[in-house]
Order: sequence, then structure tokens, then C-alpha cells
Amino acid sequence: MIYLDNAATTMHKPQEVIDATVAALQSMGNSGRGAHESTLQTSRAIFDARARAAALFGCPRADHVVFTCNSTEALNIALMGLVEKGDRVVSTDYEHNSVLRPLYRLRDERGAELAFVPADKEGCLDYADFERLITPGTKLVVCTHASNLTGDPIDIVRVAKLAHAAGALMVVDGSQSAGAFPVNMEEMGIDVFCFTGHKSLLGPQGTGGLCIRPGVEIKPWKVGGSGIKTYLETQPAEYPTRLEAGTMNGHGLAGLAAALAYVQQTGVETIHAHEEKLMRRFYEAVKEIPGVKVYGDFTAAYRAPIVSISVGDYDSGEVSDELSLTYEIATRSGGHCAPRLHRAMGTEERGLVRFSFGWYNTEEDVDAAIAAVREIAED
Amino acid sequence: MREKTVKLIVTFHTTTGAMAMETLCKEKGVAGRLIPVPRAITAGCGLSWCAPLESRSEIEALVKAESMDYDGFYEIPV
Repeated sequence: MIYLDNAATTMHKPQEVIDATVAALQSMGNSGRGAHESTLQTSRAIFDARARAAALFGCPRADHVVFTCNSTEALNIALMGLVEKGDRVVSTDYEHNSVLRPLYRLRDERGAELAFVPADKEGCLDYADFERLITPGTKLVVCTHASNLTGDPIDIVRVAKLAHAAGALMVVDGSQSAGAFPVNMEEMGIDVFCFTGHKSLLGPQGTGGLCIRPGVEIKPWKVGGSGIKTYLETQPAEYPTRLEAGTMNGHGLAGLAAALAYVQQTGVETIHAHEEKLMRRFYEAVKEIPGVKVYGDFTAAYRAPIVSISVGDYDSGEVSDELSLTYEIATRSGGHCAPRLHRAMGTEERGLVRFSFGWYNTEEDVDAAIAAVREIAED
Repeated sequence: MREKTVKLIVTFHTTTGAMAMETLCKEKGVAGRLIPVPRAITAGCGLSWCAPLESRSEIEALVKAESMDYDGFYEIPV
């Protein structure tokens, strides 16, 4: 099987990640519960993951890296813990439901005032709309680093400047960028960076987190066991314990620590260059195939390694199914949890077929996918 | 039970603070180990750094230089 659904999850993992996860399953105690060697071993692995995530994303403090089970949970924690009654929040049409649904909930339950930077029918944003919508007093701007549908990036540095000038916090959904592009929170002006471990970071599913700039105060939505301050009736106020009630995913985080080490040793720029090369090879070929329409803008230096297409009048599900059954190529069809961008581009009904490339893909994989699309388009 | 002797105990706000301390001390070759927070300091659970008394000035200098998130320094029998 040729796996081209890396934007959903990277199926192939480094052997180091597999080994670390298996070793953890065979030996780990519960982090922060007691002081015997097996609990300390878990706490050490989790601390190693924190320190590595802080270094990789330019988070000033390792204790401001909070682990969650994915970026959806991280985004829920950030948004539900920062937005209060009647606050104004600016976001974009690029967002995944992991941002949109918490925002709609905040609108319905706390009267949050929402504004979305619109995408045009080509799937492009106009930065003048950010300037227009991020008005003084806006509480928070939340946007994805790159669309999970087209791969198109958002210029976070530019948006963060506008957000901070208006007194707003800048929250970034790094689901498609963590491990795929260089990220430096401090240099980019990011207040909260939410990430998942199982995509470009090459870690296990069930891992993710948020990196918080010191001084940003997020209220916890879950409270409970913390391993410290047992007789305190409220959740301890200090990060990361404030936002990490309950037993942590030590086994997964041991794998994530190994994955972060792998990404650091390999280099994000090296990973990006490889994925970019594969994406360009596919894009340049399929855009010339009659009947194939490619969505998105391929001019940016850092875009997620995604190419989404339509083929003739086919429903995207039919094309994806044919790719899977006849060619054994794994892609993603349908709506991609990105309803606003599909509506903007007029692809709501048929959906799109998304090809997303990863570190373990080869040029042969890409060429096989190009040949398959050509055959389907000619059918 | 082992005989108790007076030792230096450093407490932290979080488990992460304790793990950062262990990592730093290993890196700098400073003696000590993580133990449960003694009851004489606080009831409940959590980790503290236990070290020989004579290393107090070295550890104090280290936690300040590295901006460690410690809670307090104690000298008690453990």
C-alpha cells in the first residue's frame, strides 16, 4: 500500500518511537505518583518530552508545555480556558472543526462574538480582512498555521502583530505544521501553540499538547488527581499541573519523546525539504492532467505537503475508493472537517481528494499516484 | 528503617519542577535524589530533592542561576 494520508496521521513511525513505546509498556509506573523507580522513569520520559517540545517550538519554559491527547483537546483547553462571556474572537475560514466547534460552543454558551476572515473561491485569504476584523478589544485570534485541506499557510507573524496591536492573544493550531515547518513561538509572536504528536512529529496517536507563553493564564476545564497538594480542594495553579489532571499517557509520551528526538536529529528543514519536493513533483504533474483541478496556492515557501484535487465530475469518495481498491493508494476524500473552506471553494457537495506526503514517502510513491490519477481522469 | 540524618530538602510547585531539578543536578554532577516530600514539610504527596547538607550553597546557586521553579529549602532529618 502507498500511504498518502499523512495529514490525517503518519502511519509509518521511526523504529526508535516503536521501541520507546514498547519499552514503556513493559516498564512504566504512573508519573508523579510516589517516588519509586518505575514512577520516576515515567516522569523522566515525560519531562524529556516537555524539554524537547519546548526546544523544538521555541517555548521559553519546559513547564509551560502541557500534554493532551491531541491538538483538538489542546485547542479546547486553550479556547474554553481563555474566552469569557461576550469576548470577541477572530478566526478564519481555513479552520478545522477542532477550532470551529469550540468557537461555536463559546458563541452559544458564553455569547462570544465571532468573526471569520473569509476565503475566496480559490481558497485564498486577504490580509486586509485580518486588519479589518481584528478590532481593538478583541480577546483572541485563533488560526491554523496551514490549512488541512489545501495546505495553504497563514502568515502567523503578520497576524500575531495585528492581534497584539489590538490587545488580543494569538493562538495557533499547529496540527499541520508541528514537525513540518520551523516554529518559534517567541520569534513568531505566538501566545499558545497547539500541536498533535501523531502527524509530522511522527509520534504515537493519543499525544499532543499546548505550549503556553509565560504570563498567559488558562483556566482548567478538567480538575482532579495531580500527584501533588493532595489536601488542596482546587486544582494546583502552577503549569503544567494546572491543565493535566489525571494519569498521563506515559506510554505514548515516551514514544513522543523519541519522536521529538528523531525530528530534532533529522532536522525540521530536512523533513520539510523532502516533503516539499514530493508535493511539488505531484502538483506539477497532476495540474497538467485534463479534468483535474488542483485547489490552493502553491507560491508560499512553507506550505503543508498537501495537494487536494477534483477529478472530472466524480464524487471525491469514488475517486478515493478507486485509488484504494485498484491502486492500493491511501488518500482522504470528503469534507476533511473543514466546512467553511469547502463552502468557500464550492466543493461542499463533491468534496476533494487529498494527497498528503510524509517523511517516509518516496518519488516512486508519487509517480505511482500521478499515474493512477491520470488513468482515472482518462476513464 | 534506615537511621535518619539531617539533610537538605528542596521542594517544588510541580512534579515537572522536581524532574527539571533531577535533570539539572545530573547534568552538573550534583549529588542527591528524588524522594517523597517529608511529612514534616507538608502532608500529601509529591517529590522533593534530597541532598547532603554541605551541598546547600552549591544547590542554592544552581537553582537561582537556572531560574528553577522551586518552592522552599529545608534542613530536616530524613
